[in-house]
Amino acid sequence: MSPVEALGLRPAADGGLDLVLAGEAVRLLPSGALLLSARSTLVVADLHLEKGSAFAGRGQLLPPLDTRETLRRVAADAAAQAPARILFLGDAFHDREASRRMSEADRQALEALGRAAELVWITGNHDPEPDRELPGEAADEVRLGDLVLRHEPLPAPAPGEIAGHLHPCARIATPRGSVRRRCLVTDGERAILPAYGAFTGGLNVLDPAFSGLFRKSPVVAALGDSRVHAAGIRSLRPDRR
Amino acid sequence: MADAAADSHLLPSRFADWFAAQGWSPRAHQLEMIARARAGRDALLIAPTGGGKTLAGFLPTLVELAGRPREARRGVHTLYISPLKALAVDVERNLARPIREMGLDITAESRTGDTGIARRQRQKVRPPDILLTTPEQLALFCAWEGSRLYFEDLACVVIDEIHALHASKRGDLLALGLARLSALAPGMRRIGLSATVDDPDVIRRWMGCGDRPVDLVRGPPGAPPEVDLLLSNGRTPWAGHTAQHAMAEVYDAIRKARTALVFVNTRFQAEFAFQELWKLNDDNLPIALHHGSLAPEQRRKVEAAMARGELKAVVCTSTLDLGIDWGDVDLVIQLASPKGASRMVQRIGRANHRLDEPSRALFVPANRFETLECQAARECIAENRLDGEPLRTGALDVLAQHLLGCACAEPFDEADMLAEARSAGPFRDLSRADFDITLDLTATGGYALQAYDRFRRMVRNPEGHWTVRNGDTARRHRLNLGAILSPEMLSVRIAQGARLVGGRKIGEIEEGYFEMLDPGDTFVFAGQVWSLAGITGMDVLVRPARDSDPKMPSWGGSKFALSSHLARRVRRMMSDASAWAVLPPDVREWLGLQRRHSRIVAEDEMLVETFPRGRRHFLVAYPFEGRLAHTTLAMLLTRRLERAGAQPLGFVCNDYALAVWSLKPMDEVDMDDLFARDMLGDDLEDWLAESFMMKRAFKGCAIIAGLIERRFPGEPRKSGRQVTFSTDLIYDVLRRHQPDHLLLRCARQDAAEGMIDAARLGDLLARVEGRVRHTRLERLSPFAVPMLMEIGKERSPGAAGDAILAEAESELIAEALA
Repeated sequence: MSPVEALGLRPAADGGLDLVLAGEAVRLLPSGALLLSARSTLVVADLHLEKGSAFAGRGQLLPPLDTRETLRRVAADAAAQAPARILFLGDAFHDREASRRMSEADRQALEALGRAAELVWITGNHDPEPDRELPGEAADEVRLGDLVLRHEPLPAPAPGEIAGHLHPCARIATPRGSVRRRCLVTDGERAILPAYGAFTGGLNVLDPAFSGLFRKSPVVAALGDSRVHAAGIRSLRPDRR
Repeated sequence: MADAAADSHLLPSRFADWFAAQGWSPRAHQLEMIARARAGRDALLIAPTGGGKTLAGFLPTLVELAGRPREARRGVHTLYISPLKALAVDVERNLARPIREMGLDITAESRTGDTGIARRQRQKVRPPDILLTTPEQLALFCAWEGSRLYFEDLACVVIDEIHALHASKRGDLLALGLARLSALAPGMRRIGLSATVDDPDVIRRWMGCGDRPVDLVRGPPGAPPEVDLLLSNGRTPWAGHTAQHAMAEVYDAIRKARTALVFVNTRFQAEFAFQELWKLNDDNLPIALHHGSLAPEQRRKVEAAMARGELKAVVCTSTLDLGIDWGDVDLVIQLASPKGASRMVQRIGRANHRLDEPSRALFVPANRFETLECQAARECIAENRLDGEPLRTGALDVLAQHLLGCACAEPFDEADMLAEARSAGPFRDLSRADFDITLDLTATGGYALQAYDRFRRMVRNPEGHWTVRNGDTARRHRLNLGAILSPEMLSVRIAQGARLVGGRKIGEIEEGYFEMLDPGDTFVFAGQVWSLAGITGMDVLVRPARDSDPKMPSWGGSKFALSSHLARRVRRMMSDASAWAVLPPDVREWLGLQRRHSRIVAEDEMLVETFPRGRRHFLVAYPFEGRLAHTTLAMLLTRRLERAGAQPLGFVCNDYALAVWSLKPMDEVDMDDLFARDMLGDDLEDWLAESFMMKRAFKGCAIIAGLIERRFPGEPRKSGRQVTFSTDLIYDVLRRHQPDHLLLRCARQDAAEGMIDAARLGDLLARVEGRVRHTRLERLSPFAVPMLMEIGKERSPGAAGDAILAEAESELIAEALA
């Protein structure tokens, strides 16, 4: 069976890409959120809220606008998909102090999200102890049927796992040049989600950090400007630095 | 020649004797400089190389110091600033001789980024009389707590090669530094030394302190240079940029010269020419290579060998446009397009530094259009018609950097600082409002949210003066200052053994270059052929390769655009068949063919050709306004043609023309509408906002303003891997949430000036309005041939991301079917 068939890759009308993950139909949205349609759950990984102000505290005055932008994107996805649950897959906040640095407006935006959907905060290495004053529940991992959602991928094959943490990025080269985009990487058994935050960088999927995670040669679903594009491993290139 | 009475009045006998002992008599402009200094006037000296310009700049200082006992001196008397570190060191050496031979009790020392710590420390405690340094070192001085005391007795500042400095951000920063020096030492005189320029007033306005006038002193003009055009025995090619056809003749010219400098426009042309010349080098002539990617030690080795007169020729890029004097050079060869008359005069001036003998140069066009350009450049040089540079408006990101620097040195008063900044030429029209937002950018990042009050880099002290927040902020500022931005460079190292371990470093290449190469690919670098073994971190690992036909990098284009002045000459020469007589026969014949098969238009008209070829349709326009303006024009034309339903597929540009190809014919397009000026409105803004050029410009501005640091960190992850966090993300967020942010404005201005040449495009569209001459052809014209040959050699760095992704997607399907 070809990878296209095995993964059930099919472009969706909204620019997303449908795929089958551990037997379950899911959709990667162009924003980088993963929609578990059957469970009315929207999954977003590695928001790193307040990363801008974290840099500012160390002397580099990056715009204090990343939280506002990232939450705007979550709100837009939530409005379009109307999920019952929004699941933050760890590292939602850049550091332990981050939620207390949020502006009042951003905090209200988060509370509005909490009124529209149930919020679940999976812990990550940047935010091991979620702020209890935030709306929603905290958990180290969440099981939904055959799916396991956790922040850091297990180092060995883990069927049904959906994780974040690694910030996968793909550099795709063609004779016309190359582009580097955030991506989801999957072999159909497990998936690593792209980082969702406005100020989050990426790690090339050819980095050794990804090796050993997949039993079969994985494919990437890269986030284009308005749609998700699938690409085979052969069109990927390592980063140049 | 000044008369003897005036000499004795201006020149102390010790100096006059020394001149006599050299067999020289002081030149009029040298005495003039002493006279201006006596009168306390600022002065700009314009003189060609070989005119004793540097000595003229220092004579007033030497005379003044010679008459003043050491006890009466405090601190640095004269500060000399050169754009090149090497030049500062060279001038130190050259000054030593007259000081020694006249037995003067004067100390002159250089201070650059390469100066050792001990010497730098000593220079701060015991300042030399004359300190020779660079603009970046001056910026460091301005950010130093001791600057006020150190410079309070500064009498004079000498700015060398000022023509190469003023019209840039580096010039903006230097102008602000000069304003600071004048504030610390109000009596300080300013002396500018410049090569011949088109409009000295631009430099006088740049270097003056507020409204204080700057006197103009001119050296003797020197003998006009002799410039020849290489009329290749082989025929000049239709296209290409390497001048491979002419290498045998170039080699012959080198053989007959005493020492030759071979100038090219890009590093890769330099590598190519070097390879080709060595293939021909049966006499084993010492021919060397010099460009900005070679390791500094290697470059210094070449320079030293040149200084000792051991080399026959150096193939070089603009890295040797300026620099120390090499007396033995008697021939300058310009391989490929000259781009502008001023740069050529500068390069030709590197040959023969004796004023009374003409410099000799040989222009080698690489294709037929370049033959026209070379001939036009010869005529400009003969008539001394140089390219003008307009007066710059100072960049606010540079001002932001300077403000923080001043706050590191001592608290400043806002109103005083505004007045001081306005006394710098590029900032004379600085508005209060712009000053205020720049101050806010420096202090808090300039965000509407006011979120960073507690992270301020600059705070007000109890007196209401601005001062740096703490020592750490000051230390980081000093590590990041300067207005020179270099692209991310990777070190090229020789791979050791079978494993990928980096050995000896052979140089540096821009990161982007390696986008085109895969492991196993061969390329030429540092004069040898290498095979790419792999890339680890910031290192490119290579192995020597015996490949005689390396995969040559595509010709990336020169960073210099064809000057408008030269372009006008080329258009005029082409339009007037009676002027063709000076051209070589093969080029004349080509022009004749063009006239027969298509047409030749008048000087103020623009030719547009449309024709089918293969299954594609082509539109070729010939504005002759330089690659940058053409690229912008082509982007905008493509958008319009898209809307008109022509389905354009791509375009290429060079300095002379642009070609667009499409699926549908473009014969019926109304060319007056297509080239209508209104494209500079929304079309331009829409495209620009999304373009990679804005993002690149934004990064530069953010670095200069100090909002991000030069080595912008990724997020270090567990195993030390770096997650790259691109400034593009910051750009996108800022553009959505605070589109009026000062840095976006700065980036817009930089992109419009440096990357898209918006002003020149505007001039072009105005010039051709109602004068577009459209010719429908059945096949391509002689002029179009070089354009079509460019296709396929170029890759477009800003190619639409999604289109590339879509192509890659088809590869997945191929993979699936395999």
